[in-house]
This record gives sequence, structure tokens and C-alpha cells, in this order.
Amino acid sequence: MAKENNNTAMSEKEAKKKEMILFLSNSEEKESFLSKQNMKLLSDPLNDDNPITVQVLGICSALAITVQLQAAIVMSLAVMVVMAFSNMIISMMRNLIPSRIRIIVQLVIVAALVILVDQVLKAFLYDLSKQLSVFVGLIITNCIVMGRLEAFALGNGVYKSFLDGIGNAAGYGLILVIVAFFRELLGSGKLFGFEVLGHKGATLADSTGLYAFGYENNGLMLLAPMALIIVGIIIWVQRSRNRKLIEEA
Amino acid sequence: MNRNSNAYTFIFAIIMVVVVGALLAFTSISLSDRQNANVKQEKMQNILYTVGVDSVEQNGAMVPLSRPLAEANFKKYITKQIALNSKGEVVEEGDKAFQVDLAKELNRTVEEQKFPLYEAEVDGAKYYIIPLRGTGLWDAIWGYVSLKDDVNTIKGVVFDHKGETTGLGGEITKAWFQQRFEDEKIFDSSGNLVGVSVVKGYTGGSNKDDNAVDAISGATITGDGVTDMISERLKHYLPYFKNQTDMKVAVK
Repeated sequence: MAKENNNTAMSEKEAKKKEMILFLSNSEEKESFLSKQNMKLLSDPLNDDNPITVQVLGICSALAITVQLQAAIVMSLAVMVVMAFSNMIISMMRNLIPSRIRIIVQLVIVAALVILVDQVLKAFLYDLSKQLSVFVGLIITNCIVMGRLEAFALGNGVYKSFLDGIGNAAGYGLILVIVAFFRELLGSGKLFGFEVLGHKGATLADSTGLYAFGYENNGLMLLAPMALIIVGIIIWVQRSRNRKLIEEA
Repeated sequence: MNRNSNAYTFIFAIIMVVVVGALLAFTSISLSDRQNANVKQEKMQNILYTVGVDSVEQNGAMVPLSRPLAEANFKKYITKQIALNSKGEVVEEGDKAFQVDLAKELNRTVEEQKFPLYEAEVDGAKYYIIPLRGTGLWDAIWGYVSLKDDVNTIKGVVFDHKGETTGLGGEITKAWFQQRFEDEKIFDSSGNLVGVSVVKGYTGGSNKDDNAVDAISGATITGDGVTDMISERLKHYLPYFKNQTDMKVAVK
């Protein structure tokens, strides 16, 4: 038994050494920083492996903060910061983390980063942080973050994990921005707060642009169910263009 | 060291918690000044909103009252900041009255509490602004109500909340709900202070004399919280208003 333990310890050490060499050589000569494989880490989540439309994760916040484009973009950036850095940190520590408490370690790292982001937003972008309210805090429970840590960062190098975090957050953000674009445009006739469809006055005569012809904003767009329907339409469009995503019946 | 041993796990956990804790504490302390300044500006902005100051003059043009502009305009429009005790006597004035934190005051008994009151003058009209605080469904709700100089008619209200459900209770922060309180009366026809009730299935239309407004669907408990908060807070100001001899209207 003792011998066996010794053996595994030895082989672990060796494995670590090998990994170390692999890591160093990986970043220095074997693979360039912008190799095809690394680029795939960035581009896959945008389409074939999108966290929202293909993996159907992170739906909650996609419903909640897509009423306005600005909030959606800030939320996406916040998720991107959290994912990129949590992936990096966990990847750096992946050989140190005791496997029995790895989920707790992941949670602590993610929670710490989220609190940092929340504090920074409160200090520098106070009004937006009020708009995002609880949803910044809820990044902690966004399954995409934990999912990538568990599935990718624990088994891959620092740089690759960083790219994976950026890629997945971008895939998440892309869908958020598309949904927010339609919800803000059709729901309140604005984009980034600017009245792009004209100004709606108290009467037809006071109105300009489309509103002068009797156009009305669709209030339903402001409610959460419409976000689900838009996400559904995006999934539909995506699968009809990319047929390999369709599961066999 | 064996990464699966209990000792390693414990040591790892302890080091991690200490490092993360120190980092967060450092951030919190170094950013707190800036965050507090934001909160203060927002409070001033909200107080100004209740008296109808939502756009202000800047460089000769009217611009919406943004948070950074709040402080200068607060000085311009707010003529008096005082804090009262439960007998209606002035116990704090100026900045000290502004800093009274209702969240802390509400933990004290009524006799020990301080009740902040602001007076504003906008375009020649005088308003009294009373801060509110109570409980909604999940957590604290708060706001400000401004009264016209008859100490009966509401000029405007602003509500905010900590954790009400977005889209239901959270709607109390929206203008369409807050506008329902405008011109409502806080005294009933026989002169008793009743505040303004948020009523489910309200049928009064635009009646401004029934001390009630229509509730938000799906936000009954938050609405009840608003009702309670208004009547509970306002009644503590009665002694002060009664003592004021220069008031236009006799408060019973």
C-alpha cells in the first residue's frame, strides 16, 4: 500500500514535470499565440457552441437585463471580466486545488471577482449598477461561469483558459446584445437611449418620425417573456442555417 | 504534500479565505468614499425630484437633473434641513440633519428617533419633504414624499427598494406608479391623518380626495408596505406641524 502510494506520488511528480515542460513549450514554440486551435476557442462559443442558444445556459440574466442595449453591454462586459479572470486563476491553481473542495474553491474565486466588479461599478458607474441591481451579484450563479471552470479551466493551460473565458462570455454577450437590440427598438423605440424612431408626443401632431403615422411601441417587448421568444427565434434561425446542431429525433 | 490529505485541504482553504478576504476588504475600503459620494448625490437627486425639479439650468440650457448636478442644485432649492424628535422639537440642523440615517433610526424606539425634514422653495412655492422608510416583501423600501404648504396635498413622491421583485414590487420605482400620488391628500375629510393607501382593485379613477391610489398587480405586499410606510412616518411629524404658527392651514 505504502509502496503504491509512493509510486503514484512519483508518477504525479513526473506528470507535473511533463506538464510544466508542455506548458512552457506550448506557449513558446509549439503553438503560436493566435494559432487556429486557439482561435477556435474564441469563435466556437459564438456559433456552434454558444452558451445560450446551444447549451441553453445563463437564460435568467438574458431575460432580465435585455430591456436596454446599454445595460446588456455592461452586463456582458462584467461577465467577460469575471469569466476571463476566474478561468485564468483556476487554471493557474489547477494543480494545487484539492479535488474534494474544488467546487467551493471555484465558487469563492467567482464570488470574489463578482464582488470586485460590483464594487467598481458602484464607485464608477453608479446609475448603471443600480439598473443591473441584483443581476451583477447573480453572475456568481450563472451556470456558464461554473461550467467553463469545471469543464475547461481545470484541465487546460492559463492562456487557453483565458481565451475560452473571453470566447464564452462573448457568445453570451452576442445573444444578449441581439435580444436587447430588438427589445429596446420595438419596446421603447430607442437604441442606447436615443429616440431612433422619432419622438412620441402627447398627440399625433406633436409626434415626429414613425409616431406621426400612428406607430405605437410594443409594451410586450419590455416584459421578460418576449426575451424568451426572441431567444427562441434566434435558436430557430441558427439551426436552420447550421444543420449539424439539430439533434437526431 | 499529498493533495488529498485533510491537512492540505484545510491549509489550502484557510490560505484562500484569508487572501480573498483581505483583497475584498481592501477594495471595499478604498472605494467606499466614492461610493458614499454617489449615494449622497442620489439622495439629493431624489429629494429634488419630489418637488418637481427634474431639469435644471446649466450653461444657459435646461438639462435633465443628473446625479453630478444634484449637489449644487440641492443647495439652491433646499432652504432648510432639520431633524426633529418625537415631540416635534428641532434637534439637528443642516448637514447633520441630512446625515440622519433612517435605517438606523428605525431600530430605535420612537422617543429616541430623529425625524429628518427638508424645506424647499421652487418658483416661489414652499414644500416640505419627508423621508420614508419601511419594509416591502423581501427587504427595505424607502422614499421621499413632498407636501405642498397646506401640509396636506402631495406634490410628488419617489420610491426605491433594496430587493423587491423586478417587474412586480420593483415597479414602485417607476414614474407611472409614483405619478398616482401627485395631488393626493394625506388627511381624510374629517381631518385625521391617514396617509395614502395603495389599494387593490381601486375604482376611484382620478379621484384625488379619497386618500387612495391603485395598486400594482402582483405587488400586494410591497404596496401594503408603501401604505404603512407613508402613514407610519408622517404621523411623527404632526407635533412639529401643529407647533408651526405661521402655517397656512391649521392641522388638527
